[in-house]
Amino acid sequence: MAAAPKRVPLPAILLANDLLDGDVVFAVAGAAGQLAWTRDAALALVASDDATAESLEAFAAAELAGNRVVDAYLVDVTMETGQPVPRHFRERFKTLGPSNRPDLGKQAGDGISAGQRA
Amino acid sequence: MYRYDEFDERFVRERVAQFRDQVSRRLDGSITEDEFKPLRLKNGVYLQLHAYMLRIAIPYGTLSSKQLRQLALIGERYDRGYGHFTTRQNLQFNWPKLRDVPEILDLLADVEMHCIQTSGNCIRNVTADHFAGVAQDEIEDPRPTAELIRQWSSLHPEFDYLPRKFKIAVTGAEHDRAVIKAHDIGLRLRRHPDTHEVSYEVSVGGGLGRTPMIGKVVRDYLPKYDLLAFLEAIMRVYNLEGRRDNKYKARVKILVHEIGVEEFRRRVEEEFARLDGPSVNADPAEVARIAAYFKAPDYEVLPATSRVLEATKAANPAFARWVEVNTIPHKAPGYAALTISLKPVGEAPGDATSDQMRLVADLAEQYSHAEIRVTHAQNLVLPYVRQRDLFAIWQRLGEAGLASANIGLITDIISCPGLDYCALATARSIPIAQAIQHRFADDDRQKAIGELNIKISGCINACGHHHVGHIGILGLEKRGIESYQITLGGDATENAAIGEILGPGLAAEDVPDAIERIVNVYLSERAEGESFIENVRRIGPAPFKAAFQEIAHAVA
Amino acid sequence: MPLLDRNGTKIDAWTRSEGSGIDNLSQALVPWEALTEALQHKTRDQRIGVVIPNNIRIAELKLVLRQLSLIAVSFPAYSDGRGFSLAKLIRNHGFTGTLRASGPLIADQFAYALSCGFDEIELPEANAARQPVEQWLKAVGQISHGYQRGYGDSHNILDQRRTARAAGRLAAS
Repeated sequence: MAAAPKRVPLPAILLANDLLDGDVVFAVAGAAGQLAWTRDAALALVASDDATAESLEAFAAAELAGNRVVDAYLVDVTMETGQPVPRHFRERFKTLGPSNRPDLGKQAGDGISAGQRA
Repeated sequence: MYRYDEFDERFVRERVAQFRDQVSRRLDGSITEDEFKPLRLKNGVYLQLHAYMLRIAIPYGTLSSKQLRQLALIGERYDRGYGHFTTRQNLQFNWPKLRDVPEILDLLADVEMHCIQTSGNCIRNVTADHFAGVAQDEIEDPRPTAELIRQWSSLHPEFDYLPRKFKIAVTGAEHDRAVIKAHDIGLRLRRHPDTHEVSYEVSVGGGLGRTPMIGKVVRDYLPKYDLLAFLEAIMRVYNLEGRRDNKYKARVKILVHEIGVEEFRRRVEEEFARLDGPSVNADPAEVARIAAYFKAPDYEVLPATSRVLEATKAANPAFARWVEVNTIPHKAPGYAALTISLKPVGEAPGDATSDQMRLVADLAEQYSHAEIRVTHAQNLVLPYVRQRDLFAIWQRLGEAGLASANIGLITDIISCPGLDYCALATARSIPIAQAIQHRFADDDRQKAIGELNIKISGCINACGHHHVGHIGILGLEKRGIESYQITLGGDATENAAIGEILGPGLAAEDVPDAIERIVNVYLSERAEGESFIENVRRIGPAPFKAAFQEIAHAVA
Repeated sequence: MPLLDRNGTKIDAWTRSEGSGIDNLSQALVPWEALTEALQHKTRDQRIGVVIPNNIRIAELKLVLRQLSLIAVSFPAYSDGRGFSLAKLIRNHGFTGTLRASGPLIADQFAYALSCGFDEIELPEANAARQPVEQWLKAVGQISHGYQRGYGDSHNILDQRRTARAAGRLAAS
């Protein structure tokens, strides 16, 4: 068996695309501690230790197998004013939207309900 | 233009039903994501950074007003009110939902359109000269050939799982406006010097991407009748022999390069001689049936130049400039082929809103026999405009922000979507294009610089054709930031050439300065009437490199 | 491994042999490397099939075509389309026996496989379990006719147009 792929440095968040909608979604801790998806990066569960990262990986595997999301992977982040921000510019765009169209995408509140917005 | 018959109609409707079924089998787990991905790609559905993307085929860049209006409607109903015209003459929407794609395909089928083979490792949507049928230097209209290839290549049983994507372009003119030398197969209609019969010059193995190559001629004069059999022979050799061990070495250009064009030609000719041509080729009546759809519209008999046009030009210098830059002489006296620029300064190159699409559709209906062309440079063309109508068109385009007089000039930049949208990109393209446009926004300055093609790609795959830009810009990632490599001397025409890298990569904010220095070398060195690319060819890259090095050192 | 053709699932009458030993098998399927030897041992009543990799040269294969009753073309992955061209070449060289595609194909390729000259598909168990035979039979008819001439469909679109023209139902131009 091949060695498990090297995990990104922590802290990290789990993101994916919704299979049916294509929207970027983030793993979030649900009410009873189980994991769920949100469209708001600010709410993403930040894994700072191996145990949390492993639970995110297990959730990703289950959700891929359950045909609910595609392209799920962990992204390393830094914390800025209490919110996770991806270190790499590519992933930062994924949490925002096209830089030439500030009126579109998550930066414009797409798919993020007002009550849900952090 | 071509119209579907009952067979085309049924074929496309069946493909929609098939895709709908493929989506439902993906959702119920019958097919895995790995199996579904090529299936959705072969129907134009990508997963990009923020959302799915749908690429709609515009075969050889020809659209009717009705079709363009339908695209506007889809953009509004299922997307965000705009679309992006691509370097392969297609249109892509950036925000569709997978659940909506079957419905979108129904709407496309309603207007004889589809997304078949706009991606995936198959024969892609065929492209052609956007001035087909109207250019003065045309020997024969390439569109009947392109349509024949569109049909033949659609869901081809043998060639739908190729080593890699496969692009075919056709031109019928002496001046190559279809970049045929950068395609896997480039076809050029030409007359045999002795028999005067119109035949195809067949080039194979062009392509950009990681290893850019200029196509090589494998047949000087292929009789028109033999086209499909010859294509079948090429495709069979490629399908069997093309490399499958490394996706960056899987294009036919690598095979041609590795075994040599002589050996490639020998294998193709051997297979072509062996296969039963008459059982493969379309019969002449079928070719004639297709060609009949492309006969010229009933032109009015007009004087070569319109007095109305001359008078309005004299009274309005801005209009005169637009006519000079954005129109070309036409086969029919008193007519012009008009290019509508989708490169207004500060907008994403090739983007058009649904409202703009409707306006162009209306103008085409009123003034251009309801026909529009999409150019590989990401602009739109009204091919059949009476010169005397140009002023009215200009006024209405101006109201919609579409009257930029910059076709072929420094702000008419080709740009892929880059990292603002694309999952494959390594850096952004659109903001670089916008910054250069702002730097050179002044109309007089642009005109003084003259013809200069800047082409920008946000990754090595080169959708923005940077290798064949007079100035090419390639966005890469270097140590965690975006970095831009600049090339000089590329050419997309019949003098096709790959640009040469000028020096180390630059940060985004330094790119406009670097471009300006390069342009300044040209302005100070140029001979009377010499264009940028002619100047680069004459004086060589050294002076440009020296100027570039100054800025590279200053910011290093 | 599960086998199917255009009529549905099928019993495999062939027995795979590891090497060239074909003993008393009436229908022996041997690897390409063992074929020469197997053909030497073949008795009059025995039928020989061969499993070939998809990178084989037709020039090598055509020498033995007439001695074979079945050729199984390996598909290492469904995305590797060499088998389609190889099948076409095998048919073009006059092979009239059974052509089998063997590997993890998907139902959406069934029609292509048949058009290129295959008769049957041999699937790994897991693939067959995910994609039951009903899906294959449905998929095969989803596009009723293609445009290509020379791929086994005499009702391809170009020939239907030709027929219609001959009958005067479609103008030549």
